[in-house]
Order: sequence, then C-alpha cells, then structure tokens
Amino acid sequence: MSTAGGANEAGREAEVLACLAAVTDPELDEPVTDLGFVENVTVGADGAVSIAFRLPTFWCAANFAYMMAEDMRDAVSALPWVTRAVPKLLDHMCAEQVNRGVAQGLEFGAAFGEAGDDDSLANLRTTFRHKAFQGRQEALLRALLAQGLHKAALVAMTVGELERATVAGAEGACLKRRYLQMRALVGGPAGPDALAFVTTEGESLTEAGFDEHLRTLASVRISMEFNGALCRGLLAARDRASAPTQPEATEHPVATREA
Amino acid sequence: MYRTSDGEELFIVDGHTHFWDAAPANQRNIHGKQFIDCFYAYHSALSPEQEVWPKEKFEKYDAETMVRDLFVDGPVDMAIIQPTYLKEFYIEGFNTTEQNAVITQAHPDRFILNGSFDPREGTAALEHLHALKEAYGIRGVKLYTAEWRGASRGWRLNDTEAYRCFELCEKLGITNMHVHKGPTITPLAKDAFDCHDVDYAATDFPNLNFIVEHVGLPRLDDFCWIAVQEENVWGGLAVVMPFMHARPRYFAEVIAELLFWVGEDKLTFASDYAIWTPKWLVEKFWAFELPEDIKQERGVDLTPEVKRKILGLNAARLYDIDIDAAKAKLWS
Repeated sequence: MSTAGGANEAGREAEVLACLAAVTDPELDEPVTDLGFVENVTVGADGAVSIAFRLPTFWCAANFAYMMAEDMRDAVSALPWVTRAVPKLLDHMCAEQVNRGVAQGLEFGAAFGEAGDDDSLANLRTTFRHKAFQGRQEALLRALLAQGLHKAALVAMTVGELERATVAGAEGACLKRRYLQMRALVGGPAGPDALAFVTTEGESLTEAGFDEHLRTLASVRISMEFNGALCRGLLAARDRASAPTQPEATEHPVATREA
Repeated sequence: MYRTSDGEELFIVDGHTHFWDAAPANQRNIHGKQFIDCFYAYHSALSPEQEVWPKEKFEKYDAETMVRDLFVDGPVDMAIIQPTYLKEFYIEGFNTTEQNAVITQAHPDRFILNGSFDPREGTAALEHLHALKEAYGIRGVKLYTAEWRGASRGWRLNDTEAYRCFELCEKLGITNMHVHKGPTITPLAKDAFDCHDVDYAATDFPNLNFIVEHVGLPRLDDFCWIAVQEENVWGGLAVVMPFMHARPRYFAEVIAELLFWVGEDKLTFASDYAIWTPKWLVEKFWAFELPEDIKQERGVDLTPEVKRKILGLNAARLYDIDIDAAKAKLWS
C-alpha cells in the first residue's frame, strides 16, 4: 500500500472500482471487475488514474478490447476529481495500438491505421447491447414465471409495475435492476407506463408468442454463457501457467479470480 | 472402433485433428509462443485433470503418439486432418498440408488429408489448390477467414477472390469447406466471429458443403439461423465436445440448440487433437444424456441413434467413406 494520500486515496480507489464495475465485457455482459480482468488501479495525487487490465488470452479480439478500454476511460473520467483516466491493456497482441488509441481519444479504425467505413465500433456496440438486453430479459422472465406470474400478466406489465415488483430468489433484485438498466437503453420509450417486456425493436409481446420469444432469448443467452465459461476457463489456466505482470510498488492488486 | 458397454461396435470418424510443430525451435517470433500458449490454455482449461499433457509434449508430439492416441488407445477409425499454416508465426509453418502429409501417407487408410487456401493470394491461391489436388487428391479445405495477412485483417467467404477459389474447388471435386468460425486464432479488427458470410457462399455454391467448425461459437445463435436455412451448412463440434466435462449443463443446452436448428444429420464429432484427445470425449459422449427439462423445452433428444450419426456416420457421408469396406480393412 502506498502511504501518500492514506484513507483518501483508498476511498478514491474504491470509487474507481465502483465505476469499473459498471463496465461490462460486451460479449459476456458481465462486469470486467467480476471477470477478473482488472489487474490493478493506481490513483495519482494529481487525480490521474491508471487502470491496468488483462484479457484471458493474448489473442482476444482487438475490437472488444478497445471497447472495454474506451468504456473504462469514460466511466472513470466521470468522477469529478479525476483529471485523466488511462486504461492500460497488458499482455495482448494489440496492447500498443489499443493503449495509444484510447489515450488519444481515437476511433478504433484510426487507432489501427485503417480508414473508411470501419472507423466506428457503434454498430458492434448496438448489436451487443441488444444481446445483453435479451439475455437479461430471459433471466428475469424465467425468474418471474418460476414465482408464479402468468404469461398474460408479464406481456402486459409496465416498467413502473416491474419497478415496484419483488423478484424472488437470492439474485432476484439484481436481475430486475440489471434488466431495467438495459430496458432504459433498448426497446423504445421506457417511462413508467411503457411495457416492461418488449422486443429489441420495441414491439410488444403476445401471450400466444410468449414461448417462442423465450426460446429465441435462450438461444442468445446460451451463446453468451458458453463463451463466458470458455473465457473464465482460459483466464484461470493462464493464471496457473504464468505469474501476472508484477505491479509497481504503488499499485494495488484488486482482481479476484475464480480458481 | 468404440465398443460400448452393451458390446455394440461403433464406427468413429474424428472430424478435426492436427499434427503440429510449435516447439520453440520452430517459433518464428513471440506470436508463435503466444499462439501455442493459447491452445495450451484451451487444453488445460477444459480437459479432465488426468488428460492434461505437459507443456513440452503439447508443443510437439511425434507421429507415433498421434497414431496411438487416435487409433490404438483411442477409438477413432478414421481422422480428418486439417492444416493451419501460420507461416508468419512458425518457421516451417504450424501444421501445413505438407507436414500433415508425412503422417497421412504412412497411414493412408486412417487419415483424410485436407488442404487450405487464402483467396488474398489471388492467382497463387488457385495454383496452390491445383497443386494440392494433384499431390494429395484433397477432398476438403480448412479456411481461416480471421487470419491477418500483411495489412489485411481477414477476409470474407463472399469476397470475389474467394468465389474464384470456390469455383475452382467445385471444378476439382474439392467439396468440403471446413470454415473456422469460432474462437479466433488471429482475431480480426472487424467482427472476427461474424458468420453471415457463410450464408452467401452456401447459397451461391449449393454443390459445396460448408462445415462450420466450432459451430460459430460464440455466435451460435447466428450460426443456427443460417444452418436452418441452408441445406449444405453443417456444424463441426470441435471445442464444443470438451464442455461435457467442464460445463455439462451448457453442453446439453448447446447440443439441444444444434439438434433443434441444424439437425442430427449435419453435426460431426471432433476432438481438435491435440487440443483434446478423442478417447475420453467419445466415452463421455456415448454416456451423455440430455437433462429432462432441456429435452422438454426443445423437443429433442440425444438418442443412441443420434450419437452414432454424430460420432461417425455423418462425416462418413461427407467424405463418401464406404463404412463396410473400411470396417473390413480396419477392424480385422
């Protein structure tokens, strides 16, 4: 632990970690902190924050690495005392391009020396936001069905009613919160009177089409979960095989991994 | 041959194997090391503990080891051997068609040797296909659309140059296109996992089979959507199989999805040797049953009949293997 700053610095680190917990791996729809991607966080006296992160393999797709780095930068930069947030991708084939590009605020394409129509990750972000919406919706719908709600009630439920509803089970509250976060971004207007459960296009569901809708959501979720299992296995194997990059004296390891 | 506990004898085709050399002496640069490290991570993450190899053995194994693991200790009757060139990472290549031919020519009844092409080579790609056909009589190719090449971050099956290669394949009787659509080796700057290009190529080349290796993971949903519409799109189960051990419930869900969308006649077993070995995979797969709730929801079942098809009969159909003749030769 560094001594300068003391409790204040520890508090700031906690704030940074709280921000990073809102950043997800777009493919897995899980916080980068839970996945063990964040190696360590350094907070400087001048308000500069450095975030070292590592992905399961040297080859993980560069575009997703870039998205996560951008999201980390933006999430941490939102803290009022932060003067500069600099993500540092470690042990990756494209670490140099990603780190430089994100630090300079370049679009993905520009960072990789490409020109033309592939400059932006916007489309890919939208695709994965939709997948996250679908995955979260399925988990919540299944929880609500399991506690006895009827399909007819679910297709008619409003956002306001869902906000007031109690979702049973240890993770019930979390499922609801995570779905509502994504519902605010996907599926059209999300005021209290809007339907809680809609398609990514904002279309309402019907009782007759409910089972088919749920199966479609399951297909999306199985893809994402399967890959999540693979990533976690790879991360664990990588950690067994090699000691992580040694942090500098003032940096604090924060990641907790599955064995 | 795999003999079940009931005494039934099954014909097994391993749809995806490699004979690679990733030893430090053959590594051209850091990428060569990182690549085999990544494979080793797959291997150790998803294998049962007693099946994990020492790193050194995993980097380079000899022909004798491979033959023993597949056909002597393992239950495989015939194996399809797929090349992965990676000459930018490995001095002599990782496992080129030429390297693989050393083992297949010593065991011609056991192996089906596949080639490869990279349409970005233009005319040279076409010449390469001619040469592979002439030298080895190849029937299939392994394609890596996500492979980087100079400034290129990958290619698409529906690129004009790729279509020229497909046209030539059709002409030469190279009918099986094994397309790597799964976890990437050299990932693309764009979406390396995207598999929509399969849709175009499969529609435009109805006489070719497109075997999507690793079933598009992590784009299983996209893959299923394409496979259900295209008669000539198949699913290769390399990388999927070992999840039986690591995450059996997920494996069940994935197999149920595939049976529902792709169907029992277009899925092929594969070990991805030497990432995994076929013995434990075949044993575990034969014993595997879908949980009741998954059967109910999807309305599919993994019956012995379905398993027989996946373990050998489907691949035999793809490569016109005369099973009775092969059994007579290999089982005697």
